[in-house]
Amino acid sequence: MTTATAPDVSKTGEAPAIHIDIASSSDGSSPTKPPVITLDDVSFYYGEFRAVKNISIDVPTHRITALIGPSGCGKSTLLRTINRMNDLIPGTRVEGRVRYHEEDIYGPSVDAVEVRRRIGMVFQKANPFPKSIYDNVAFGPRLNGFKGNMDELVENSLRRAAIWDEVKDKLKQSGLSLSGGQQQRLCIARAIATQPEVILMDEPCSALDPRATLQIEELMMQLKQNYTIVIVTHNMQQAARASDRTVFMNMADDRAGFVVEQDETVTIFTNPTNQMTEDYVSGRFG
Amino acid sequence: MSTATSVAAGTVTASLRRQRLDVAGWVFSVILLVCLLFSLALLIVLVSDQLIRGLPVFAERGTTVLTSPLSSSPARAGLVQGLIGSALLAVIVALTAFPVGILTAVYLEEYASGGRLSRFIDVNIRNLSGVPSVVYGLLGLAVFVALMSNVGNSNGANIITGGLTLAVLILPLVIITSAEAIRAVPNAIREAGFGIGASRWQVVRKLVLPAATPGVLTGTVLALSRALGETAPLILIGAVLGSFSQGRSIQDLFLGSYTALPVIVFDWARKPQEEFRALTSAAIIVLLLVTVIANAFAIILRNRYERRW
Repeated sequence: MTTATAPDVSKTGEAPAIHIDIASSSDGSSPTKPPVITLDDVSFYYGEFRAVKNISIDVPTHRITALIGPSGCGKSTLLRTINRMNDLIPGTRVEGRVRYHEEDIYGPSVDAVEVRRRIGMVFQKANPFPKSIYDNVAFGPRLNGFKGNMDELVENSLRRAAIWDEVKDKLKQSGLSLSGGQQQRLCIARAIATQPEVILMDEPCSALDPRATLQIEELMMQLKQNYTIVIVTHNMQQAARASDRTVFMNMADDRAGFVVEQDETVTIFTNPTNQMTEDYVSGRFG
Repeated sequence: MSTATSVAAGTVTASLRRQRLDVAGWVFSVILLVCLLFSLALLIVLVSDQLIRGLPVFAERGTTVLTSPLSSSPARAGLVQGLIGSALLAVIVALTAFPVGILTAVYLEEYASGGRLSRFIDVNIRNLSGVPSVVYGLLGLAVFVALMSNVGNSNGANIITGGLTLAVLILPLVIITSAEAIRAVPNAIREAGFGIGASRWQVVRKLVLPAATPGVLTGTVLALSRALGETAPLILIGAVLGSFSQGRSIQDLFLGSYTALPVIVFDWARKPQEEFRALTSAAIIVLLLVTVIANAFAIILRNRYERRW
């Protein structure tokens, strides 16, 4: 029932067609590929405070993994350990292994900057640089000494982020002149332009209206053909609509976040094993 | 039903129209206004007093006040050495205090770990900005003048040591204002940069500094105008009081005797001849103009580079 609609969505991005069953339709291709990122017993500390504990998850290639859970359970913290963004906060510490293609990204000889080039990030609040739309997208490639056709790369990135048609006539205008939803897609284009393999999204739609939210979700469905996506979301409907795999986190008594259950999104939302998960996805708490 | 609503409406009207006398609020706003008027009035009195005394000098002698050298005769005395001196001092201060101060601010805000040591440094820089300027004069005497005492023929009392002393004097101010401008750059911009794989240097160079430029420029130019008004440290380290002949060569400019506008004001104000009263006011007007121009320059720069986010 789902195979017919899924490709349509990814091409035309028609809004109403997105449902849980579509998200699960990509199962066929994925399980054969090894996970691109593996977290193995990861704990994260802000000083003495343990924010998340004993997290072990696999992030499957070219699929969308959603991290859901109540506020303060460490979803964003966990997401930011995956590309070492937390390194920038003094007094933090990671235990356990975060592997990217089998390489421990916290290993002694690993360059955090290179990690972040390959594992891009889109933030909760759209944060374009105070530069032109073109320069926003070209910023990353220029840093990397990109030698090819920059105009082409910018156009392709904007097209992939489904915003090209809206901005193609005003590339010289400030990125800040766009609407909230457009800014967020511009940030996605900027992340894509550095040609990462994985894109981390930290509640990318929390500041957007429902229409802009739907546009971002459609965009994610298209992007997963080329990228692996991990998204943190408060919005359970969003996880249900737009992810393939869902990791449900909760806060323990010591306020450290832990993984309650992780499975295919359909399973989490229709037939969860854990009572806590069931209570959360049915809206009884959180 | 209808009576109930009309009663309610009546109560609402009554309570809306009841004007309570807010005595405390009224007194407070009067106090605010009085304070504002007091400081404004002081400024107006000060400036108009100087204008009344000084403008006749310009009416009488025109621009020769600006182009004549210092002299003990009030009819011939002019400000040219002070103008040259203040301009050169400004250049020396800008070339030394700005880069050192801005880079220090970048270090403190973007590189220092925020640990105990950097907090200690931060507090002390703030304290330094409150040190009286005479103390900086003593420092200049002990360090810069001593170091340059064998260069040229001025015993080290030259415009370079004067400029360096003023640079040290405003360094804390430059650091503090630049650090504040850098801190005002939203963290989201830094995160965005790091998130697409920029190194710390790239984030600072290409994102933080451009975004902080308006604030940094405003702060530094204002600090410069503070330096232009300083008298005490310059007198202490040998700016000339009284007249001197200034050579035309570059060497004389930088290694010979020098003075500056505020020093001339100080000097003329002490002269016994009555004619110097008006000349002092004329010099003050010029000094104020120079400062106003510097501040206007700061505002123009800020508006030009202003960005919103």
